[in-house]
Amino acid sequence: MTSLDKPGAAAGPRTDRPRRRRVGTGGRHGVPPVPLLLPALVALVFLLLPLLALIVRAPWRSLPDQLSSTEVWQALQLSLVSATAATAVSLVLGVPLAWLLARTDFPGRRFLRALVTLPLVLPPVVGGVALLLALGRNGVVGKWLDAWFGITLPFTTTGVVIAEAFVAMPFLVISVEGTLRAADPRFEEAAATLGASRFTAFRRVTLPLIAPGIAAGSVLAWARALGEFGATITFAGNFPGRTQTMPLAVYLALQNDPDAAISLSLVLLAVSIAVLAGLRDRWMTGA
Amino acid sequence: MTRSVRRTRRMLQVAGAGAAALLALSACSSSSKSSDSSDKPDTSSSASPKISGNITVFAAASLKESFQTLGKEFEQQHPGTKVNFNFGGSDTLAASITGGAPADVFAAASPKTMAIVTGKKDAVGTPATFVRNQLEIATLPGNPGKVSSLKDLTKSGLKVVLCDRTVPCGAAAQKALDASHLKLTPVSYEQDVKSALNKVELKEADASVVYKTDVHAAGSKVQGVEFPESAQAINDYPIVLLKNAPNAAGAKAFIALVQSAEGQKVLSQAGFLKP
Repeated sequence: MTSLDKPGAAAGPRTDRPRRRRVGTGGRHGVPPVPLLLPALVALVFLLLPLLALIVRAPWRSLPDQLSSTEVWQALQLSLVSATAATAVSLVLGVPLAWLLARTDFPGRRFLRALVTLPLVLPPVVGGVALLLALGRNGVVGKWLDAWFGITLPFTTTGVVIAEAFVAMPFLVISVEGTLRAADPRFEEAAATLGASRFTAFRRVTLPLIAPGIAAGSVLAWARALGEFGATITFAGNFPGRTQTMPLAVYLALQNDPDAAISLSLVLLAVSIAVLAGLRDRWMTGA
Repeated sequence: MTRSVRRTRRMLQVAGAGAAALLALSACSSSSKSSDSSDKPDTSSSASPKISGNITVFAAASLKESFQTLGKEFEQQHPGTKVNFNFGGSDTLAASITGGAPADVFAAASPKTMAIVTGKKDAVGTPATFVRNQLEIATLPGNPGKVSSLKDLTKSGLKVVLCDRTVPCGAAAQKALDASHLKLTPVSYEQDVKSALNKVELKEADASVVYKTDVHAAGSKVQGVEFPESAQAINDYPIVLLKNAPNAAGAKAFIALVQSAEGQKVLSQAGFLKP
């Protein structure tokens, strides 16, 4: 949460404030103070120990057998495709929303911003139920979708993408909004004085300026979508190949075959690490 | 710069206030065990050992309504006790019990899920079957899909949800389908019987294969359709005292209530069959 609250968390150095460099000892290369170092190490162990346990206790011998089933690959493929689609949806809709929240002033803007972050704190299962009530076959809007277009979203892959986008988009919006607030508006103003329209300024000046922030937000949203469980199983149900994503497969495997669940979790862990590492090299150097 | 400082400060204030509120709430809600064990004068004239404190019962989702009724009765019979329930899919519950969850009683919806717990030597004695449950089809009120048999569920254009095969209701449904040589492709395999029923209650699915008791509990929100093949797949419900029970005396008393005539009456009213 805190990394999202810091304006410009991923936007590199701020331009409107000269950095004060401390002279003398300490600084970047001295010994860190103990009151900071100890809790930091505890935090590190706390976060990494469960993952290590997963690797240590993994059934390495039976791993190949368990991962050779088609259901696993179906689930993994579905997970990757739907998480990517959910991130794309979040980008197309979320970046403009972040711009609206950061660059315009209208009554109730703060309130709206708080509302946008609600899905972050809502229990995912509740989010799933809310989606059913809104977009289900009998939902407030879903009723008309069904009546007019014959579209029903629950129990479909589209439903999975919607559930994931619902929980992942706020991450993107908040982190892009923070980046926008930290970015210097004078560049846009300069573009405007040179005759660029507001949209042109956004497209040609603002977007390149906040690209690292958007990238960081997308990675967050993608990771959140990949791990999404509650909203997905509630809104989209569980059907292998169509709506059974990796977390659902893990959950149901845990019921009768814990070893299989551990193997599946390892695959998910490996994929996440690979993707995050790949993106880090590409995007987030120096952020 | 000052703006961001102000913002951070406000954020911290808000976060601090929120954390304080949460702490206060959790302090209120945490049931203190110490107050339970305070020496209250024994008012009951019965010679049975005084039962007090919290009893934690892990029970299959399908037992929810009847067990909650029995829990209230138990608390009235034994003042100073509190029965806490954890309802869910039997397999999930079994997994958390073998994983060391502190529970006193386990009531499962099938011998197979009970075997997970007894197999790990986490139970005391042999589980006793206390009720049986039969499957029934739950359809939308008024039965617009004209479902009258199990075979009707295989009609195209009908959205059917089943329980996942890892869950007792799913295993039983599969058994009934196999017995009648039917192939049914549902739109979803739900994680427990209540969520399968919910999908019909919310009108997202047209039909679901659940227990008689669930149809009963849903009242007018769904319509039940009995089918003869359900006799091929009747589920026994075993109940057992757990080995690491923090409150074994209370657990035994609760199991006794479930098996008593009174308990059986409540369960029969909910639609369960006699063992």
